Amino acid sequence: MWGLTGGDQPVFQASVDSWNKSHPDSSIKLDFFANDAYKTKVRTAVGAGQGPTLVYGWGGGVLKSYVDAGQVDDLTGFLKENPDVQSRYLPSILESGVIDGKTYALPNNKVQPVVLYYNKEVFDKIGAEAPKTWDELMALVPKFKAAGVAPFSLGGQSKWPDLMWLEYLVDRIGGPEVFANIAANKPDAWSDPAVIEALTKIQELVDAGGFINGFSSIAADSNADQALLYTGKAAMILQGSWIYQGMKKDAADFVKSGKLGYTPFPTVEGGKGDPANVVGNPSNFWSVSSKATEEQKKTALEYVKDGMFNDENVQGLINSGAVPVVTGIEDKLAASPDKDFLTYVYGMAKDAPDFTLSWDQALSPAQGDAMLANLDQIFLKKITPQQFASTMNATIGK
Amino acid sequence: MSATTTTEQQGLGTGRATGTRRTLEKGPSGWLAVPALAFFMIFAIIPLLGVLFLSFTRWDGLGEIKLDGLSSWNTVLADPVTVNALLVTAKIMFFSFIVQAPISLLLGVFTAASQKYRAALAVLYFVPLLLSSAAVAIAFKALLDPNFGLGPGLGLPFLAQDWLGNSDLVLFVVVFVIAWQFVPFHTLIYQGGVRQIPASLYEAAQIDGAGRVQQFFNITLPQLKYTMITSSTLMVVGSLAYFDLIFVLTAGGPGYSTRLLPLHMYLTGFKANDMGAASALGVILVVIGLALALFLQRLGGKNRNASQLEGA
Repeated sequence: MWGLTGGDQPVFQASVDSWNKSHPDSSIKLDFFANDAYKTKVRTAVGAGQGPTLVYGWGGGVLKSYVDAGQVDDLTGFLKENPDVQSRYLPSILESGVIDGKTYALPNNKVQPVVLYYNKEVFDKIGAEAPKTWDELMALVPKFKAAGVAPFSLGGQSKWPDLMWLEYLVDRIGGPEVFANIAANKPDAWSDPAVIEALTKIQELVDAGGFINGFSSIAADSNADQALLYTGKAAMILQGSWIYQGMKKDAADFVKSGKLGYTPFPTVEGGKGDPANVVGNPSNFWSVSSKATEEQKKTALEYVKDGMFNDENVQGLINSGAVPVVTGIEDKLAASPDKDFLTYVYGMAKDAPDFTLSWDQALSPAQGDAMLANLDQIFLKKITPQQFASTMNATIGK
Repeated sequence: MSATTTTEQQGLGTGRATGTRRTLEKGPSGWLAVPALAFFMIFAIIPLLGVLFLSFTRWDGLGEIKLDGLSSWNTVLADPVTVNALLVTAKIMFFSFIVQAPISLLLGVFTAASQKYRAALAVLYFVPLLLSSAAVAIAFKALLDPNFGLGPGLGLPFLAQDWLGNSDLVLFVVVFVIAWQFVPFHTLIYQGGVRQIPASLYEAAQIDGAGRVQQFFNITLPQLKYTMITSSTLMVVGSLAYFDLIFVLTAGGPGYSTRLLPLHMYLTGFKANDMGAASALGVILVVIGLALALFLQRLGGKNRNASQLEGA
């Protein structure tokens, strides 16, 4: 079994350790990798038939490519035999592991909507309120700059944090249908006016100096982007709910003293999207490798059934600052010292009319990579929104 | 493996049986090359043929490999990113050579002399050689960070540039870091070369009244000709393989500013999962590398195996 380094690492480790202690004859070996490195490593390993039994993933287009290549097992039967497993998950999240009506991946950790975080201390200093509309957001930019604080932190070198801006803006302007068309490979779907407007707004924000100096050399994997927020060098950051876990660990005082603010992404005037819509990752998932031996598969599924989301595991996730993807945890969340943030995220995910999966995971790997590379060019102002749209239209169906 | 070992032993055996005299006249038995050739076959030639084959296919790394004619080649050659990658590679190669060659030559000559303080300095110069590329890249990434790095840390505004995020600066920063890492290696080569030059040449020059500068240009430089060719070949062909350092330092960014050919190949293969196109890029890389290596060897002249030390 392979997992990712970061906030969940100790929780996975504890869960597997306690499983191994009670099941010495069917023990599980667990290794951790950094996010970007993992994504390439696991694909190569699975392609070579040397992947782990439980494959950690994000669902979407990448999962579909595994399914098409026959590398992961159909788990529909397992769910039918074990209705308890099926019923423990939030139904909307279980849906992300379904390809062509069959379940190939089961959620394994926490809901991860993208949230706009802000540093309350910095906001108080200039007497500002969290932005509710895009115009308010743009109006804040010169105020923060005058106070010597960067308005937004951004891990631009990792490229996927750039994407969160595009995802939310497109959703607020044109609604979730715009990306649904892109994901369905409709011709010229990238030329949708909502995409062009979103890209134009991003470039306006870049022009206004909205992003911190050097954003294109900041890597999100090293948590440098969130460090800028809690050290007060940047006022806001658009990032996934998982960075709360990182900040809770790296900047415990900042989080505990309530200086960390969070708010939904602002609305755009005249936009069609519901302001309650959310983008991000519904969860991460386990798939079972079809190349594993029967015994390995049996152990893996037993672990999924009994080892995961037991009381200990759920509490571990909550203590780390995450919201597990299971039902009936309101009481536990309310009892947590992080209850404000956790209930906020839980509500956000549960009440969202639409939860769009991160585009780089929803699209095929070839399209996803081209999109991130071209979006990087947008943030650097090397290409225009129209050029972006025509380059991306050419990748449709790849 | 066992077959290789036997042939090696046989080769040694025949060499011994025919006597030392013949070996000296004709050179060692050709069988001695078999183990090396076998390794080269298994780890270089056969994978190379595999890559050549893959470049005519379409494969995402997971599913089945489909023959696809020249379409990968068309994609690669028509892609402006490939052209840009070639340009970036050429620039990095040129600037690395211009920066590294003179520095390592001078440092090599300097550390070759026998004074104690020079030996102590030489040890310091060689420290970067002990570090892995990834460690060097992570260290420089932290030092050059515009918000938490050396500049803001020491309060020196001119050091607080956006070194790795500015498309115009980043190439030179990369060249600098590469030089920092590889100059010690080439210094070592030159140091060895200088120490091979017989002292009698310098003594003769001193008797003829040549000064230090004249000695450098008329004795040291010409005597180092082959050392220079070795070092230059390693520098130029090596710059086709800079990957780990740049991947960690900039990941090819910002935009495509430091996406050089090997990195472009890796990202095409393992991020975009287009193994066909990545293989085509790999073939291009091999051809360029071979052509450059041959060209540099030619510079050495035809009788490059002849001794430079005749009459010394």
